[in-house]
Amino acid sequence: MELKTFIENFAAQFDDTDASVFTAETKFRDLDEWSSLIGLSLIAMVDEEYDITLKGDDIKNAITVEDLFNTVKSKM
Amino acid sequence: MAFCEFKNVRIAGVAAGVPKNIVSILSGDSDVMLAEGTSAEDFVEATGVRERRVSQKLTTSDLCCAAAEKLIADLGWNKDEVDAIFFVSQTADYILPATSCIIQDRLGLSKECYATDIALGCSGWVYGLSNAVSLISSNNFKKVLLMAGDAKKRAEAPADPLFGHAGTVTAIEYAEGDNGFQFHFGTDGSGYDAIITPDGGSRNQVSPASFEQYEFEGKMMHHMQTRMKGMDVFSFGISTAPKTVKKLAEHYGFDYLDNDYFIFHQANMKMNNMIVKKLKLPTEKVPSCMYNFGNTSSASIPLTIVSELKGKVENKPTRFLCCGFGVGLSWGTVRFENQSIIISDLVEVEDNKEESQWV
Repeated sequence: MELKTFIENFAAQFDDTDASVFTAETKFRDLDEWSSLIGLSLIAMVDEEYDITLKGDDIKNAITVEDLFNTVKSKM
Repeated sequence: MAFCEFKNVRIAGVAAGVPKNIVSILSGDSDVMLAEGTSAEDFVEATGVRERRVSQKLTTSDLCCAAAEKLIADLGWNKDEVDAIFFVSQTADYILPATSCIIQDRLGLSKECYATDIALGCSGWVYGLSNAVSLISSNNFKKVLLMAGDAKKRAEAPADPLFGHAGTVTAIEYAEGDNGFQFHFGTDGSGYDAIITPDGGSRNQVSPASFEQYEFEGKMMHHMQTRMKGMDVFSFGISTAPKTVKKLAEHYGFDYLDNDYFIFHQANMKMNNMIVKKLKLPTEKVPSCMYNFGNTSSASIPLTIVSELKGKVENKPTRFLCCGFGVGLSWGTVRFENQSIIISDLVEVEDNKEESQWV
């Protein structure tokens, strides 16, 4: 599992925020476009791409993109 | 392993009652309560819900009874022949007595009638169906009515735009030689607070404080309102529904793709699309009524049959696979084949303008 690909998959859930904005350190909940609906898209993406079932708290406790990457990685 | 099978029983017919009143999510004057940061357009795109049927007067049992009168007439059943009624709902008429008891008298059924309520939501139709068919398959009951739905809430509150009101009736009867039904069930009470109405039961008795506002996941609400941990429910749905379908198929040795229609609880489009994708189902075999009716809790499977399959399945052998999942957390999947089925026209119920006859 690569961080670079994870960031790309992560960015793909956002329609209005340019993919170039996303780095490992991005505090995604501070983005204008962030909403709980995007949270659902992230859960779906992780399920599809990594076959891992995230809980709501996994999303809520992650501050940066890399935090969520690490959560997914720890469940593998 | 919660598998069970019942033979010599079939579904004779299905009907659904909904309020005549339509509320569109996109109309500015609707009663919508959206989470902060979510526009009406985003909501429709993500959930697949554009409009719902809503009434501030009609209870679930009002809708179920209207549907039952229509279905009994369409089937040509004699009311005296109904041996049992099940009322599956989380919006009963009263805290007590059981709504099914009131319905026995209201529909003019025989007093020689077994009546009970089942307090389940999105999985409830499948659970109710297993109860109804087991009474017929294993006992002397011949005709049973299964009512399922949710409508007007116990306490006034801004409506959640995901949920619509509906009350359905499924008529089930003895049928010698019929292959009947195969079920799989599951429960995970550790997720009891994923969807919960915290006050009004005996754990937290109703009090003035029950109506104090608090913030939950970006929405203001009171403690008599149902709250939902959306992300937890979403991950539960997309992981559990495909698993229970596969388990049922594996246990009874059939290819799950080998069915004519796959009817899932209408949770929200994002969740249902994920489930369909994970099971690799052909979308034309997965009817949906979310767009026009929203999430209708335990009514959603029979309502989908009424609104989407009328005219398509009545007189030809049809294999159904239906799966309900949600509050509890609770889930169930059923497979059955019908040679023929009566599907009543959708019953649209107007708000009763007269004084209520009820206590």
